[in-house]
Formats: sequence, structure tokens, C-alpha cells
Amino acid sequence: MEIPKSFLGYKRENGRVGTRNHVIILPVDDISNACAEAVANNIKGTMALPHSYGRLQFGADLDLHFRTMIGTGKNPNVAAVIVIGIEPKWTKKIVDEIAKTGKPVEGFHIERTGDIGTIMKASKKAQEFAMWASEKQREECPLSDLWISVKCGESDTTSGLAANPTVGNLMDKLEPLGVHLCFGETSELTGAEKVCATRGATPEASEKFMKTWSDYNDFILKEATDDLSDSQPTAGNIAGGLTTIEEKAFGNFQKIGNCKFIDVLEPAEEPTKGKGLYFMDTSSAAAECITLQAAAGFNIHLFPTGQGNIVGNPIEPVVKLTANPLTVKGMGEHIDCDVSKILSREMTMSEAGDELIKSMIRVANGRLTCAESLGHKEFVMTKLYRSA
Amino acid sequence: MATDIIIHDEKDNVGVVVIDKIIPKQDCACWIMENDKTIQIQSEDEIQLGHKIAMVDLNEGDTILKYGHDIGKVVKSIKKGEHVHVHNVKTKKW
Repeated sequence: MEIPKSFLGYKRENGRVGTRNHVIILPVDDISNACAEAVANNIKGTMALPHSYGRLQFGADLDLHFRTMIGTGKNPNVAAVIVIGIEPKWTKKIVDEIAKTGKPVEGFHIERTGDIGTIMKASKKAQEFAMWASEKQREECPLSDLWISVKCGESDTTSGLAANPTVGNLMDKLEPLGVHLCFGETSELTGAEKVCATRGATPEASEKFMKTWSDYNDFILKEATDDLSDSQPTAGNIAGGLTTIEEKAFGNFQKIGNCKFIDVLEPAEEPTKGKGLYFMDTSSAAAECITLQAAAGFNIHLFPTGQGNIVGNPIEPVVKLTANPLTVKGMGEHIDCDVSKILSREMTMSEAGDELIKSMIRVANGRLTCAESLGHKEFVMTKLYRSA
Repeated sequence: MATDIIIHDEKDNVGVVVIDKIIPKQDCACWIMENDKTIQIQSEDEIQLGHKIAMVDLNEGDTILKYGHDIGKVVKSIKKGEHVHVHNVKTKKW
């Protein structure tokens, strides 16, 4: 197949390109959710992103909270942002950073005004932003404007046999075209960590990966009360035939094909070393991982599943694929790309990779994903430790 | 001929069932992805789609190889053709 050279995206003020054109209402903290949701309810064409945290966090955990908030607002799939927090200072900090992209952003704080007054003021601005954004048109953009993140979920052995290598095939074909790529799931590389480390493009990248993995593994060993057999692999993984974390890890690892990673990113950290593959230190829980990748600026996501994880993200479209024929049959409304014919050998890996490229470009051009059409918009902040 | 079992790597001592299920004493065709060879095995158990079959006799303490790599240890001996899963294999991590 000849790979398309371009897709239709939204060009943003800072040169990045979006596959979506969202106007978001971003609460800084848990107690501002109600206000943000009321604004989104008032003004059609906007979307609130409620979440559970943002109060009394400190240190690295607070830094990550801000990085996730700011990165979500900066993501090119977002046209404009209303930020609503309880206090002015943290609200302004987020607004000021998002404003650096050049996109419309305005902050509102609830203290001294209350929910109702804030909802009124924020709704007026949200209406202005939504109507402004509605006039934005898609334009032809080079494929290299795609920043593609990947994460697998509810994996089974068909993931490692077929769905994950399909993503790897896509990476091998698109990496030379200058796209940005990102994989994560630090804990789910356990057992394959030494092999993964050999895929660093430089000795520094390999070392940074091993340190990141070791730190995460030490944390798990410190907190674990048993052998984690109820969590990793999950009950769904085990039902699908996966027996150990090592087996899951080698299956997981198939997603990067033959690519080498050029750097290791902190959670939600924006890549700065140019095109190519990055590893991000993330949890292996689907919604947490994708939320972090979206906050780092990735604008389209590929999600291979075995038993049928149904996750979506509010701003980054999640393209789902599976090679498990039972999952296609039983929950087809969640599957954007069916590669189950790999198992019956009626489809080669390269044909599957081509199918996934086609599905992904259709979504980049605007086709709704299954998760979008079903209303999945899981926005889940990663919390590193207890609040003060 | 239809493929019943796929094996990732020539070194692997387990294969993955890729049809709805195989039944005891079924003669199964196994495709090795790495070198495109096909071999045969007779199953001992009923094994569902996605679950693993032992390609050789395995003793307690042996290492399970899949993708050509170590994915865990045998904790209860397994005969060629039997189901390989959490009842007879455990992680070497955690």
C-alpha cells in the first residue's frame, strides 16, 4: 500500500496540528467540577473535563498535576480553553502557560463570587470561544504532524500474537515519515525490561529507561501486599490466556516494532528532541496512561485490546483494534479496526498494519472513533502520593 | 491447511490456540511464525482460544519460553499437549 502523505487537520497558532477541535472547560480542582459542568451544559460545543484532584497536593505530585492540566489545555486537539478553579493563583498559573500557545484561554475563580456568578461569566466567554472555534476549517497537513501515542489494555495472548505487532508494523512504516510516537506502561514491561533497554537509541536513553523501570519496580515491591496476582496480570488477562507478567510484557513490547526510543519522558512531559519514538514513564492503567500522553501533546492514540478494554479520552481520539475474533463478535461496537484474520492467517501482519494506517487516518480526518461515539471520555489524573 | 496453534519463536516450548478451542486427542497443526514452519501436536486437554499448550514435557522448575524469552517457571510438571496456565506456571518476578 502507498501510505497517504497527508491528512486533514486543524492548524493551531503555535504550528501544531489538531485532529479535533474541542473547546474545553477545565476545572483546576475537584470542587470546581460542578461549575465547569454547568458551563459545558449551558454552552453547546464545549466539553467539561471533571476529575478528582487538585487540592493540597505538593512537590512532584503537584508538579505533575499542573503539567497534566497545562498540557491538556495546550494539546492541539483543543481550540480554546476556559479554566475554572476555586482560587485565583493556581487558576492563573494554568491560564498563563496555556496562553503561550497563542490559543484563546481565559480563567475564572469561584472564591468571592460563588458558583452561579462564575457560571454566568464563564458561560459568556465559553459561548464566544465555541462560536469562534466552530468556524475553524480542516486543512491538508503532512502526516508528520501526527503525534501518535499507543497503549494496550485488557490484553490476552492474541494481543501479543497479532494486535500489538500490528501497531509495531504501523510504527515501522510511519517512523521514517517523521511522526512523533510514544509508548509507556512502565510496570507492564516487567520481565521484558532488559530487552526493552536494548532498544534505546543512545546509551543515555537505555540507562534512563532502566533507572525509570527500577524505580517503578521498587515502588511496586514496597507497596505490594502479595504477589500482585490479582492485579498483574488482571483477571481479564488470565481469562484470555495470559499467565505471567513476563508473558504480558513481551506481548506489550511488540507495539514498538523495530523502532528505537530516543528519550525517556516524565509523566505528561512534552517531547522536545524532535520526531521519533519516546518512552513515557506511566502507570499501566489505560485512562491514566492516555491522559498523560494527551497532556504531552499527542493528538491520536492507538489502543490494541484482547478481551475488550473500552477506554476513551476526552481530547485525544482512541482508535481501538483487536485480533480476538470473540471480542469482534461480542463487542464490535468498540472496535475501530478488526485484525482477527491474522490468527486464521487470512491476513498478513503487513496487511494488518496497512488497515490500521487507513483506520487511523480516517479518524485523524474527523471520523468519530467507536469510543467517541459511545461517549467515552475518561480523564484520569495520575496521583503520585497522598496530599498534605 | 488451517492453523490451530501459533508459536512465536522456534525456541518456544509453548504454543497459543487460535481456534475457538481444541479438544483432547485432537491432531493440531502448529505454525511457527519466526521461520514459517508447520509442525503437528496431539492435545491432551480441552484448551480455549488464546490459551497455551505445552509443546514438550516440562518438569517443575523448568523455564517457559515464549517469544524466545523467559516468561516464568513451571510449578507443577506438565506433559506435552497439556494446558499451560496459572495452575502450573508462575512468574519469576514480584
